[in-house]
Amino acid sequence: MSIQELYREVILDHYRNPRRQGTLAGDHIHAEGNNPSCGDEFSLDLEVTDGHITDAAIQGQGCSISQASGSMMAEAIVGKSIEEVAELTHQFKLMMSIEEGESPVDPSRPGSVLGDLEALQGVRKFPVRIKCADLPWTTLEDALAQRNAS
Amino acid sequence: MIDAAAIRKDFPILEREVNGKPLVYLDSAATTQKPSQVIDAISEYYRTINANVHRGAYSLADEATTAYESSRAKVARFINAATPSEVVFTRGTTAALNLAAYGWGLDRLGTGSRILLTKMEHHSNVVPWQLVAKRTGAELVYLDINAEFGVDLGTLDELVDDRLAIVAVSGMSNVTGTIGPVRELVDAAHSVGAIAVVDGAQAVPHLPTDVQAMDADFVAFSSHKMLGPTGIGVLWGKRERLEEMEPLEGGGEMITDVRLYESEWAPIPHKFEAGTPPIAQAVGFGAAIDYLAALGMEEVRRHEVEITGYALERLADVPDLEIFGPTDVAQRGGAVSFQLADIHAHDIATILDEEQGVAVRAGHHCAKPLMRHFEVPATARASFYVYNVPSDVDALVAGLFQAREVFGLS
Repeated sequence: MSIQELYREVILDHYRNPRRQGTLAGDHIHAEGNNPSCGDEFSLDLEVTDGHITDAAIQGQGCSISQASGSMMAEAIVGKSIEEVAELTHQFKLMMSIEEGESPVDPSRPGSVLGDLEALQGVRKFPVRIKCADLPWTTLEDALAQRNAS
Repeated sequence: MIDAAAIRKDFPILEREVNGKPLVYLDSAATTQKPSQVIDAISEYYRTINANVHRGAYSLADEATTAYESSRAKVARFINAATPSEVVFTRGTTAALNLAAYGWGLDRLGTGSRILLTKMEHHSNVVPWQLVAKRTGAELVYLDINAEFGVDLGTLDELVDDRLAIVAVSGMSNVTGTIGPVRELVDAAHSVGAIAVVDGAQAVPHLPTDVQAMDADFVAFSSHKMLGPTGIGVLWGKRERLEEMEPLEGGGEMITDVRLYESEWAPIPHKFEAGTPPIAQAVGFGAAIDYLAALGMEEVRRHEVEITGYALERLADVPDLEIFGPTDVAQRGGAVSFQLADIHAHDIATILDEEQGVAVRAGHHCAKPLMRHFEVPATARASFYVYNVPSDVDALVAGLFQAREVFGLS
């Protein structure tokens, strides 16, 4: 495992040019997450219409892994149904070894399951950084749990 | 003159590798590594002396008590305390500062009284005072940080009046390395009848310490930041301060008599040491103090000035690197915090670890008010101690150039 496999170009691109930056103005769900031990912060606005995520906006500060993970996540979830997002989250956590099971990443068909997010697969080799990659996803789960609660 | 290369042989952990490279340990501000002398003293204690202290009429218990109390005497000599009874063993600096805050503050602070802190304090010299202020109605006031990363004393006069009850200051910042203005703040506190508390977590391991000359009322520090084991630290207090304080914890070992509705406290320091103390840790701490005393704290400081000076010089060659701390080594200790271009501190730490086996701290260093003052979420921090050699700095600098490369900056 070389350091270049962790810091792939697409990760650095999302870190330096995060997508869907900002906040939402209309009716939306808001959730915030942070890693108190390292200070990484992430906030998420979600617009949910008819069981689909129709818009998302993110803000945050932290390391390249946490911020790139959030940017790629925001891109990936818009247009998906809540069920599809739950499945994506599950696949992501399998890839990160946060949830137990085979990693879904298929070396012969890179990007087939998780798209750009597969660039983060190197993180699982750096156990102390897994929580960085996971921060946006935990925040997403919090946001969706709020929706279920209300 | 400290021969750091020779000293390294005493530290078994420095022989190990991480990620296929020799470990380069640059996180001594968080905790130091331990020499064989300390590890062996702890092991030897358990093998040959272990018994509970201050009880039991048998020989082993007496030997354990002697070992425990002789460590207290070593600490007292090391910081030039007037008497070993002014040395209270605690769990560490945090527990010591909490003991000072609650033990002394709770009964004496009230609405209208003030606690003066600086913005460079570690959370453990902020949060206990916040808790006690909340319980008593006291108010916290802060001295700012100046452009040279020192404490700004410009507002001191207006903050020092008869409302002032406590001044609490770090002897050395764990982030910037800045040596705190202890003399000025102790004098300012005493000029209005307030007490002075020094967070010595960084200062005591790195600078010669004479608590009588310093004249503060309390000084807190930890064993594990000065070659000793975790789980033990010290609250040194002036005899009259400790005697006027109520104990915080009740239990065994801290009483002379217990009746059904009231008890009598043991004399200092034992009235603050309820329950079975960390005996093996005290023995290890004693061995650490022997080790440092043999090196000589003047020499420890001289070595730190040298290695830190070399680090500052080498780091100046790294493009886009910003150091948060004094550039004059006379004003600072060996904690060097920095940012490199737009590379987050965690990413720097991962790359240094993976590529060079260099261990540095990344994050807010338990000093969020100071991070907010600098308007940065996190910094990377390299910190040095007696076993660090110039090649450690070279590995750090090489790793920082690799980080630039990984982030496409070269």
